Amino acid sequence: MKFGVVVSEGPYTHQASDTAYHFVTAALAAGHEVPRVFFYHDGVNVGTRLSIPPQDERNIQQQWSALAKEHGTDLVICIAAAQRRGLLDKNEAERQGKDADNIAEGFRISGLGQLIEMAIDADRLMTFGD
Amino acid sequence: MEDGVKKFLYVNRKAPYGTIYALEALEVVLIGAAFDQDVSLAFLDDGVFQLTKGQDTKEIGVKNFSPTFRALGDYEVTKLYVEKESLDERGLTADDLQDITYEDEDDDWAEKPSILIVSRSEMADVMAGQDVILSF
Repeated sequence: MKFGVVVSEGPYTHQASDTAYHFVTAALAAGHEVPRVFFYHDGVNVGTRLSIPPQDERNIQQQWSALAKEHGTDLVICIAAAQRRGLLDKNEAERQGKDADNIAEGFRISGLGQLIEMAIDADRLMTFGD
Repeated sequence: MEDGVKKFLYVNRKAPYGTIYALEALEVVLIGAAFDQDVSLAFLDDGVFQLTKGQDTKEIGVKNFSPTFRALGDYEVTKLYVEKESLDERGLTADDLQDITYEDEDDDWAEKPSILIVSRSEMADVMAGQDVILSF
């Protein structure tokens, strides 16, 4: 089965991004497809490369980046939600005249159309939120 | 599902202000309208407050986005299901909600109400008939 996955809560405060990660790894291990994960609302904060959790805790961003590297999963951060919350890739930082960018490896910023497209393409859409 | 058209239901469960879910849900609905899918919205729990008339957000310093609901007809989003029990539990009636209408192109552009008040069990049927449910 082909799953589309939405993550709609931020890391650490909520369990949602962890649960989504566990779901995706389990689905892939069982032979299912997860071509894309879409990060919305505070979920966009999963994709910052500037978080530094304590060393004896899981690093949520690095887990996702490693998953994208291994499986080619497309990790999409909603641009409108990201701009509100200070998540910028290099191009957007330059375009907006900001002095830094903070998108982690394996993530990319794009529009809400990618969410709709994913929902149309998938056999089943899973939302991980509050 | 026919001809690549899926039935999308956007479920709105939260009050319009206090959190950003309602506003960002509406942003998805507006973008999603460009994809020519069969779209419905559901309002239940505190989500029914999103459709109330006379919203005034001046004192809390956030944008009042409630007028946007009246523009949904122009985006061919014409089915807004509102759960009766959620209204009742909050002391609201249909009269407390905005007058939201659309022009029916299959009926000589007659103006028709977009809001459909349904019972909890009817809402379950609406949900069961969908291909995609996005919950906010």
